[in-house]
Parts: sequence; C-alpha cells; structure tokens
Amino acid sequence: MADLTSEFIGIKSPNPFWLASAPPTDKEYNVRRAFEAGWGGVVWKTLGSEGPPVVNVNGPRYGAIWGADRRLLGLNNIELITDRPLETNLREIKSVKRDYPDRAVIISLMVPCDEESWREILYRIEDTGADGVELNFGCPHGMAERGMGSAVGQVPEYIEMVTSWVKQYSKMPCIVKLTPNITDVRKPAEAALRGGADAVSLINTINSITSVDLDDFAPEPTIDGKGTHGGYCGPAVKPIALNMVAEIARSPETANLPISGIGGVTTWRDAAEFMALGAGNVQVCTAAMTYGFKVVQEMISGLSDYMDRKGMTSTSELVGRAVPNVTDWQYLNLNYVTKAKIDQDACISCGRCFAACEDTSHQAIEMSEDRVFTVKDDECVACNLCVNVCPIENCITMEQVAAGQLDERTGEKVPEEYGNWTQHPNNPSNFEAAE
Amino acid sequence: MTSNALTPGIVSGRLPAEDLVENFSDLHPPLDDHEALVAADRCYFCHDAPCMTACPTDIDIPLFIRQIATGTPDAAAKTILEQNILGGMCARVCPTETLCEQVCVRETAEGKPVEIGNLQRYATDTLMASGVHPFTRAAATGKKVAVVGAGPAGLSCAHRLASKGHDVTIYDARAKSGGLNEFGIAAYKSVDNFAEKEVDWLLQIGGITVEHGKGLGAGLSLEKLKADYDAVFLGIGLAGVNALNVDGEDKDGVLDAVDFIAELRQADDLSQVAIGRDVVVIGGGMTAVDAAVQAKLLGALNVSLVYRRGKDRMNASAFEQELAATKGVRIITNASPKAVIGNGAVQEIEFEYTDDDLQATGQTVRLAADQVFKAIGQQLGGDDLPAVERGKITVSGAGRTSMAGVWAGGDCASGGDDLTVTAVAEGRDAAEDIHAALSA
Repeated sequence: MADLTSEFIGIKSPNPFWLASAPPTDKEYNVRRAFEAGWGGVVWKTLGSEGPPVVNVNGPRYGAIWGADRRLLGLNNIELITDRPLETNLREIKSVKRDYPDRAVIISLMVPCDEESWREILYRIEDTGADGVELNFGCPHGMAERGMGSAVGQVPEYIEMVTSWVKQYSKMPCIVKLTPNITDVRKPAEAALRGGADAVSLINTINSITSVDLDDFAPEPTIDGKGTHGGYCGPAVKPIALNMVAEIARSPETANLPISGIGGVTTWRDAAEFMALGAGNVQVCTAAMTYGFKVVQEMISGLSDYMDRKGMTSTSELVGRAVPNVTDWQYLNLNYVTKAKIDQDACISCGRCFAACEDTSHQAIEMSEDRVFTVKDDECVACNLCVNVCPIENCITMEQVAAGQLDERTGEKVPEEYGNWTQHPNNPSNFEAAE
Repeated sequence: MTSNALTPGIVSGRLPAEDLVENFSDLHPPLDDHEALVAADRCYFCHDAPCMTACPTDIDIPLFIRQIATGTPDAAAKTILEQNILGGMCARVCPTETLCEQVCVRETAEGKPVEIGNLQRYATDTLMASGVHPFTRAAATGKKVAVVGAGPAGLSCAHRLASKGHDVTIYDARAKSGGLNEFGIAAYKSVDNFAEKEVDWLLQIGGITVEHGKGLGAGLSLEKLKADYDAVFLGIGLAGVNALNVDGEDKDGVLDAVDFIAELRQADDLSQVAIGRDVVVIGGGMTAVDAAVQAKLLGALNVSLVYRRGKDRMNASAFEQELAATKGVRIITNASPKAVIGNGAVQEIEFEYTDDDLQATGQTVRLAADQVFKAIGQQLGGDDLPAVERGKITVSGAGRTSMAGVWAGGDCASGGDDLTVTAVAEGRDAAEDIHAALSA
C-alpha cells in the first residue's frame, strides 16, 4: 500500500483528504467522528468575530439536483458561517487537536474587512494548537451582502490587503480560499500570492439557483415563499473546479503557489485528478454530506492502489503531473486524427449514438435493418459525442489514425508532423506572412 | 369449514377464506410512486426502440417511460392509450417476457429488462384512478357501425370509431362486456374487477351503445347488420371449444377449462367455487396454465397439466410454465389422452406417451382424476361468416374480410398471435380502415 502521507505548506496529515470548511466540520462531535473514519484533516467551519454569532434561516438551507435514481449531483446551500459562539468553537478545536495531533486542523476565518478585526481574531485562535488558517473569501451568499466572503474575494486588492494583515499578525500557514464567481481566477490567486499567502484553496461554491417551485413560483430552497441564490457544490461543479485549479497551476505567475483542490471530489479518482492538475491535497464536503464520513475509506484505498499501479511512492509524485499537458487550444495538434469505433460485442443496440450523431452532429453512424451500428469513417470528425452518450463503458472508443494513413473524411493522408492553429494556413495571422 | 385438500370429489371450501384471498391477490403488485421512478430511470430512451417494434400496438415505450420519470404519469398514460386503449389490461396480461421486455437493451446488457409492463400499469392506473378519460369525439359523421363482440378487438375498434365521430353499437352474447378480459383470464391477473372498470372507463368517450345477449345466430344476422349499418366489425373470438374425442369424455367432472376460468372470474365468493382433489388439465397453452394454477390456488391436492408434445412446444410462455411449477402444478409432457375412466363420474384418465410428432409409443399411464379440464384450443363458431380459412376468418390489410363492408379482428381473424394486445391492435387498425372507407 502506497504511503499517502501528505505535507501541504508544512502541514502534515496521514492522507491528502481533508474535510472542507462546511457543516461537517462545525462541531467537535462531527470532527471526532471524521477523524475516527480516517480523514487526514479538517478545515473547521468558518469562525466569525467575537460577539453574538450569526443566525441561520430556520427553513430549508439546501437545494439539490439529481441524476438517475436520485443520485445527488449538485447541492447548494444558504447556510452562513458558524452560528455557535466563538469561545465554544475555540475550546473544541483545542480539544480535538490535542487528541488527534497527527491530523491537520485548519481554522477557517471570516471577519469584517478591517485590520483590527483580523488582528483580534488571529490573536484569539493563537493557542488552539491549530495548524493553519484558511481565509474564507469565497462564501457567495449572506455574508457577501455584509461585505465579507466573496465580496472580498471578488476584489484582488482586498485579498492582498487582508492576506498581508494575516501574515503580519500570525505565524500560522495561511491558505486563501477563492471564489469561482469571478471571470479570471488567476487574478485573485496572484493577489493572494502578493499578500503573502502560503497557498490558495479552490473553489468555493458557485452562485446558483438549483430549481424553481412551479406551484409557488419561488426558487428552491424556499423560505416562506422566497428564495435566494446559494452556493453550488458537489459532483456537478468538479469540471469548473478542475479548470480553475489548472489555470492557476499552469500560470507562470502562480505556478509555484500550492493549491488545495476543492469542488465535487467524490471518489479517489476525483482526488487524483485534482492532484494531477496541481492540487497538493483535496478538500471534500458534499460527498461526506451525501454518504457520511466513511467515503474517505474508498478514497484512501483507491488512491493507494492507483499509486501502487503507477509505481508512485509519494503523493508528491502525482501532484502536478498533468499540468504540462494543459495548454491553449491554439497549440493542440490538428494533425492528430481519430475515428470512433464501436465494439460490436459490447454494443447493446440502444441506438443512442445514432440518434446523437444523426440528429445533432455529423451523420457518421450507420444503422442497419437489424440494429447494427457502425461508424462511417468518411463522415466521422471524432467529436466524441457517441462515446459520451453510450451507456456501456468502453463500448465506443476513439482510435487513432496513424500518420501516413488515409483520413477517409478529408481524402488526405494523416501528416507525420505536429501542426497547430498558429501554423495553419487558414489562420488569418498567417496570411500576411505568406504574402 | 367442512372440506380440505384431502376431501375426495369436487367440493368447495378446501382452503380457509384468508388463504384464498392471499392466493388470488395481484400476481404483480402495482409499483408505488418511488418504485416507478426507480424503474423508469433505468430506461435508456433508445433510438427507434426495440421494445416499440416488439409491441403489437406500437406504443412509444421510451416516451411514456420518460414521462413517468419526469413526474407526468397522466401524459405517459395518454401516450400508451393513444396506441392501445386497453393499455391497462395489456399491462397486466401481456406476455412482456416474449414481447417488449425480451428485446429491451438492458436485457441484453444486464439480463434484467426495464419493467415495461409494470410501468405501463403504473401510468394507466394513475390516469384511470383519477377518473379522467383523455379522449374526445370528433364531430358526428352520421355514420353507424356495428361491432359484434365486446372483447378486446371489438372494444378497441369501437373506441377508435367513436373518437372519429361515428356512432357505434356493440353486440355481445354474454351478459357482460370484456370478452376474454372479463371471462378468460386468471383472476390473479385482473384483480378488483379491473376488466369491468376498464370497459366502463373506455365507454366514457361516448357514442358507443352496448347491447348484451345478442350475437350472430342469437338474435343477429350478418345480412341484417350489413343492411342496417354502414360497416360491421366482427370481433367474435373463438367461441367453440375443441373436444378430446376419446372414450368417456362425457363423464361427469370432465369440463371445458374456459368455463371453469369464467365461473371463477365471475364468482363473488371463491370459497363457493368447487374444485376436485385430483385435477388434470389437458393442454399446453395459457388457458391450460390459468386453469391449472387456479385449481391449485383453490386448494386442489394434486394438479397435473398434461401436454401431448414436449415442453418447448408448449404455447404457454416460459414465465407461465414457471409460474405453474412454482404454484405446485405438475407438468407432464409427451402424453396424449386415450380414455376417461369412471363409473358415471371420472375417476381416472389414461394417457399414452407420444413423441413430439405425436407418434404413439403404446405405453400408457393413468392419473387419478376427479376433475378434468380440457384446454386444447378453441374454434370459430357461427354460420354465414365471411370466408374462413384454417379455422379463422380470412382478412387482408387492416381486417378486411371477403365481404364488402365487413371487417374482422382479434382471435377470430387470421394473422397475428391470439393475444389481447394483438386483438387491440387489429381492432384499432380495422377502425382506421373503416373510417377511411366511410370518409371516402
């Protein structure tokens, strides 16, 4: 079994699976259960300033979308930061960390955007024994209306300013949690780096309305006939999160900035993908909220098995392995040609590939009288839609047409050499050079 | 209770009332809302779906299942009923394992098809429970059509004609409508008087008059109907029963299985239905299985289903054969009846072993029997019918007979399997053809 021990900005944990700052980490009781189940660390549910805690709604605070068989695909929430007294949280954090010294305990913070508030909270958490802080600049609902959370995270200058206060008043490693509700995630990441952040974590939740009650004509979750946008998370947001992680990991300005990957991590494979795209570890919430803390055990065994298969002895060998292969569209090899191929033994003749291709794409699949489906190589543009709609795993695959072989669609031989858009004769910027 | 399984002879009350209730409860209990959603989620919404092709009534199965999955079972029901107005009964009695579900791609993928029959029942039951009849009649055409036979073919034909604006009169010799749905199907496939309720629901479209106690040769003649109506549809089924043609067939206790099934279906109190201790059913089709299984469920001690050829030649589907075996019916194959033995009433029945080509072996076996049910097929009855070939009214196209202005469909007509769903399709298609003819 591969060694999953993880060290992230100097913080050690027995595995790279942390629970994200969220309802599962709001109380000592939950966190102890999480550690017993095997989680490597937790980011404690966000603490606010001293004083009367925030209050939550008393109607439903989660909305959801489901796939077939009511599989939870996406969850949104309108819950705020911890609604328990600061003192209670601090006492519990200290107690848990004392009993689980090998686990990572990070404290998430969100206080008003002034230096004194940040100095004060950092002072208050000093003797908890926590391993680090995470600055919640991501929460998109409720707190943002009060000038905190994503209201800070959407202004790079604020990120830099607050981060620098934190580094000034605390020796703790500092992770800045980023909101995805912006246009270019590299900007806040760069600001965090300028402010002295040791790492960024992303993504926080996405502004969302999961559904509308069509009898009451109100967004869900509905509170007394009204609803508000909430923060979206779960498997549905993973592709968005992966891209944002990759954008930071491959940007020269932030390439060396450690990343804690968050967004729909549900299985070991999701975690491995985040790590391959540059995340030093991952944080999980929705999977635990859907299935309970035990899910981490599959993540541990799965990642370990994978690393064994790959001959990796440390998670650091996985982190960032896919980053060099993330590029811009213009550098993709236009001379790489594939064709869809249907495995007739695996095919169950549902015809979904045919419907998709015939109705919406390139009319490149032939359907015989007796429901045998075959790809027309002279029409197939290798779009991959048939692969994606096929219900049988590995039934349709994309097979490369080797260099020198005829591409029946173009009637030309597949070129030997790499060729991208920047070199292509149709690229307008090449016209001038040619003339 | 005075009798039990061991009581000799043909007696009622072999089982306590609560056992009878349990035995004759729904063979496939209806799906609840959650079960229906789970089952519907398994459908892949195939292109040009094989299940649709396999359905004799061409129901758009992927569409109706998607409508269930999206929480609109009434729309699903309409999708079904537009093609098959008796979709509720077909959901109960169709041999789906040899039709839609046999070709389901998930049968190919996992050996477990989407539960199409159960989902169809969920949709149609939901709509019918709301009391809604989703179809209306077109403007009156002033044309009149006579439909003979209130079975699946006749009802389907009548409904489609009524929807086109024609006025329809259905004649049926029995006191109740429904045909085999009402009289010829095992009770556990149509509980809670479903057949009768379905007919009442179907007639809500209006424009259909039903006259019972009248059939061809029983107050009606085809000539007169042709003269009085613009068109005639014959959905008269197969009213006659084939005989064994063996010695002793006339002894007491030797009965037609269809009569037993009908009696049982019409019984208000199953504890009053008499059944033998040692029951022998002769035949290999659905009727034989329905009779044998119900005999067992009524409390008969020994029930044997005897078929003259091998198991794979039986008309009863594999599912029906398994049902019979599960319920405790002993299936004996390759045995042809030779003689009914008894003094006034049957006591034994003698069979001779025969191979699949019915070659006699000369070896015989006797089974104890105080009751024998004959289920070796039905035959067309009636005189002055249109041309008949191989025991069925010859039809071409959509049910056209040799007589101008006379259409036929269902079991009485040539072509197609003798299934409820096939009868519904033939009645519907004949109605469309009649409508086209009357509109010309």
